[in-house]
Amino acid sequence: MSNAYIPFPSTILDVIKHTAQEYTFRMSYTGDVLPGQFFEVSIPKYGEAPISVSGIGDGYIDLTIRKVGRVTNEVFEHYVGQKMLIRGPYGNGFDTGLYLGEETVVVAGGTGVSPVRGVIDALSKGESRDNKYVIVGFKSPDDMLFKDDIKQWDDTLNLTLTVDRATEGYEGNVGLVTQYIQDLPLSDPKTAKAVVVGPPAMMHFTIIELKKKGFVDENITVSYERKMCCGLGKCGHCRIGDQYICLDGPVFQYDKAKELLD
Amino acid sequence: MGFVIPRAAFNQIIETLARRYRLYAPVRKKGAGRFLDTDVIMYDEVTTADEIVFDAKSDYAFKEALTPLSEVLFYFTEATTQEASFDNRPLLIFARSCDMHALKRLDQIFLENGPEDVFYQRRRELVNFVLMGCANSFDNCFCVSMGTNIAPDDYLFSVDLTAEGVACNVQDEAVAALFKAYGEETADVVPAHVTENKVKVNLPEQVPFSVRTDPLWDEYTVRCINCGRCNFVCPTCSCWSMQDIIYTDNGNVGERRRVGASCMVDGFTDVAGGGSYRKKNGERMRYKVLHKIYDHRQRFGINMCVGCGRCDDVCPEYISYSNIINKVYDASKEGE
Ligand SMILES: Cc1cc2nc3c(=O)[nH]c(=O)nc-3n(C[C@H](O)[C@H](O)[C@H](O)COP(=O)(O)OP(=O)(O)OC[C@H]3O[C@@H](n4cnc5c(N)ncnc54)[C@H](O)[C@@H]3O)c2cc1C
Ligand code: SF4
Ligand code: SF4
Ligand code: FES
Repeated sequence: MSNAYIPFPSTILDVIKHTAQEYTFRMSYTGDVLPGQFFEVSIPKYGEAPISVSGIGDGYIDLTIRKVGRVTNEVFEHYVGQKMLIRGPYGNGFDTGLYLGEETVVVAGGTGVSPVRGVIDALSKGESRDNKYVIVGFKSPDDMLFKDDIKQWDDTLNLTLTVDRATEGYEGNVGLVTQYIQDLPLSDPKTAKAVVVGPPAMMHFTIIELKKKGFVDENITVSYERKMCCGLGKCGHCRIGDQYICLDGPVFQYDKAKELLD
Repeated sequence: MGFVIPRAAFNQIIETLARRYRLYAPVRKKGAGRFLDTDVIMYDEVTTADEIVFDAKSDYAFKEALTPLSEVLFYFTEATTQEASFDNRPLLIFARSCDMHALKRLDQIFLENGPEDVFYQRRRELVNFVLMGCANSFDNCFCVSMGTNIAPDDYLFSVDLTAEGVACNVQDEAVAALFKAYGEETADVVPAHVTENKVKVNLPEQVPFSVRTDPLWDEYTVRCINCGRCNFVCPTCSCWSMQDIIYTDNGNVGERRRVGASCMVDGFTDVAGGGSYRKKNGERMRYKVLHKIYDHRQRFGINMCVGCGRCDDVCPEYISYSNIINKVYDASKEGE
């Protein structure tokens, strides 16, 4: 019997520094994995942290990690060429095929960009790119992640990049992601699809705006983060109602998600 | 096979079995109760029948045999990870009907929800049961309402202390051979079970969403002190947290454990950066109660709660969980 709790070693192939506290660790990995799924980064003696897959490539996955505590601080003590233990992938992930042929809006905030980066990437390489809208928000220009990707998305898709508050020298949009939704030039919001990922409050208000715009619950997809200790449906921390975020999510259709009361 | 044997003979059988199995049974711990000079009845390893408490409900369930309150999963040294060893001698657990039913719930979480849990499974394989019959219902029990008053069939033998002697329904061949050394097989022995409890609950078939936000939960924000005792005594509560420890005398060595967790206690939902869910105790009560009587059933087809009433027995604030179930039933009818 294989033991699901035993992590396996993965080599750090590259480290991309976005901000002082947020790095992307490119980790060696071969196997099936989808955007929106996550791995447990497992540092013996420190603990484990669930981290979304922020990129998928030949022989690697990207994990974009914010340094916030015991485990993630220790992750930042690791360098290119070293190994880290990981286990996964866990969760359902996004079905990118759902969006390629449809009018689609992706709204992402902060580290919430990580789980949807793979989705946006697929859209930016897809056939019909005119009806793909991406709204990405960060706290300030200093908090921006994936700057290179964002430049490329700006060329290929209808991108709105915004920050909550500007710093000196910044000339782009200022304001919450929610304020750009009503102006989206959609042909038919009733059939358009939306993907929303970010902090709980941002998701809450974004969905209100989307519904005001005419979106229906079934066409809105969200991804949830909850406390997780296992990723395997055992520890109970991530459960809401009859759903386990680690097994049944973290990606949910909103008509289901709205029935989940923490 | 039915046997009715003298207590002395029964005691000898138990001593023989203690050489084949680790016997895990409810015992009385003097003075360890919640109040001064009260006892607590909890599970422990025994080697004689006299240690076993047959005439009272245990305050705690047997679940620690399968899900220890604190269990080492791995030992870490600088370069290696070593899976923790464990006691792999077969176990014989003395349990009542409700608790035997609880096993199925634990199995659903650890074996059917996602991949199999190896640490659970390796203990689970060792488990055998002795059914302790219930001639009378204890305080706060509502097993009849929960449909758990008749035990599942998978026990080696049952025990009822009767005026005629110890009555046992022996289902295991090897154990039957032991019994035959002490007495003749009698007519069938049916393990005692209760058919009525003083406490009864009505279970709602469907719980409409409106019940989750119903004001009925507010009362518990005030009354419940989120001590978590109701979770720790519950035979079906199984949540845990992962914990890595570095040994202080050697910083390069440590272990990964899992420790019992309670959804009523602060910290259960804490995420990095100070976020948490269900800050109010009333919300935690709603989360726990609906899991026990609805959410688990929606997922696995059976209620999680087995009606043992221990959460009612233990609550320092005298909160009646069975009463809450009835309130949920009423609110569910209204919400239909
Ligand atoms: C599905 C999912 C995907 C995630 N994706 C990312 C990502 O791509 N990038 C990223 O930087 N962060 C992500 N997080 C959050 C990340 O897991 C936490 O920041 C991390 O666990 C913090 O651990 P720590 O030990 O460094 O912090 P501490 O604050 O020291 O954490 C202490 C303990 O709390 C628990 N914990 C704290 N925060 C969380 C949390 N949000 N979720 C679950 N458990 C938590 C952990 O068990 C940890 O051991 C994700 C969380 C989830 C559930
Ligand atoms: S219900 Fe009672 S036992 Fe449970 S947490 Fe609240 S006060 Fe403690
Ligand atoms: S919820 Fe209460 S009555 Fe039900 S099984 Fe748990 S401790 Fe027993
Ligand atoms: S993370 Fe443990 S049950 Fe979902």
